[in-house]
Amino acid sequence: MTGDDTKHLPLEDLHVAAGARFGAFAGWSMPLTYPAGVMKEHLHTREHAGLFDISHMKLFEISGSGSVALLNRACPFDAGALEISQSKYTFFLNEAAGIIDDLIVTRLGQARFMVVANAGNAEADEKHLRTLALDFDAKGDFDTKVDALDRVFLAIQGPEAWAALSRAGIETGSLLFMHGFEPRANWFMSRSGYTGEDGFEIALPEADARNLVAKLLEDERVMWVGLAARDSLRLEAGLCLHGLDITPEIDPASAGLMWAIPKEVRASGAFIGADALRSILERGPAQKRVGLKPEGRQPVRTGVALFDADGNPAGHVTSGGFGPSAAHPVAMGYVQTSLAKPGTQLFADVRGTKIPVDINPLPFTPHRYRKG
Amino acid sequence: MAKTYFTEDHEWLRVEGGIATVGITDYAQEQLGDLVFVELPELGKKLAKGDTAVVVESVKAASDVYAPVDGEITEANTSLSSDPSLVNSAATSDGWLWKMKLADESQLEGLLDETAYKAHIG
Repeated sequence: MTGDDTKHLPLEDLHVAAGARFGAFAGWSMPLTYPAGVMKEHLHTREHAGLFDISHMKLFEISGSGSVALLNRACPFDAGALEISQSKYTFFLNEAAGIIDDLIVTRLGQARFMVVANAGNAEADEKHLRTLALDFDAKGDFDTKVDALDRVFLAIQGPEAWAALSRAGIETGSLLFMHGFEPRANWFMSRSGYTGEDGFEIALPEADARNLVAKLLEDERVMWVGLAARDSLRLEAGLCLHGLDITPEIDPASAGLMWAIPKEVRASGAFIGADALRSILERGPAQKRVGLKPEGRQPVRTGVALFDADGNPAGHVTSGGFGPSAAHPVAMGYVQTSLAKPGTQLFADVRGTKIPVDINPLPFTPHRYRKG
Repeated sequence: MAKTYFTEDHEWLRVEGGIATVGITDYAQEQLGDLVFVELPELGKKLAKGDTAVVVESVKAASDVYAPVDGEITEANTSLSSDPSLVNSAATSDGWLWKMKLADESQLEGLLDETAYKAHIG
């Protein structure tokens, strides 16, 4: 393929050398699996430590006198209530309260925040932020800066992630889950991730990244893990993938993500989409995101239609596959609110065969975050 | 004496006495990654060349395996129901997928031999 716009990771040569198989994701050529294979990579992450190159994701630094007000307008949360180094999972919403993207925002200073956004939405997010910032500065005599950072971004996930980092010379001792800081100039490190395990995400300049990767891979507890296992890990952990499980057509109430929106913000916040979200909450969402456990071993995947016991349409699957740690197929999707109770049995139509599927609480594998 | 053929879709066929044992090649199983489920065909089902015979599912995706020739299913590898990973660990032996009675042995002439298949995958 020539002349395409596929983006390449700065560390691509390291993945090639490690024997990665590549595939396209969100406009990037990404390592999907390494020679160990998705099953081993997944299980290794849950038992030891998996190293992921997530440089496709985008970091934005927001700074200046208007940064709190800007974030409170863009996201349904209270940026001013964050302590320095505290991180929050939140979203950009549209006027209809649909989820434009899901993000993690960390407060770096009094008027400085780091926003981590999804690869596929990075351009739209940046445009959205810049438009809002201009509008704000014009109206409110603020000075707000939005910087898109150029970094290598690594995630190291799993129960031995902290020990492997320590061996590589990075102490993580006092950092708790959903906290982040700048350990060195142009570095950003948070205790967070998208696997359900304890772990860290580190944004850093390419040269530093090459040194860190080399040190980490000397440690037998650490192995490269590709996007395929990242997907099965996050699915078992019940975490949403934007574009599938949450989209601009889906609001946080239907998605079961209201825990991310503080009560006061729900009641009186002036974020984009506030009115729409309030009316959705008032009448109750028509559909809800649920975990789905298919009977047997056959995976039930994205797009599969769900039916109730009488054969009436009940919803659809948004993400599905096999859970290597759960040792059975796992899926999530949306069903009518009346059918969303755990234990309800539905049927998935997979190539004409009706597979029984139980509504299952999320996550499928317990989260093991280090909260204190 | 059994003779082995290959297809451009990365299947192998071992033909003996008018019956073909069919599986996917080592190259194919590597491309697919760890298999977690194999949807086996019904016995007696008549397939035309190009029909989906079996669906193999990896952690990430489902892929069709096509009938390489016309014929009727005479056996499915039921050990794959409990251990689909046999396709990964032994693609060309214990990980076979199905057996079929050939409807027209002359169709075998259009298939690849091992040398041609190796050239095909480069």
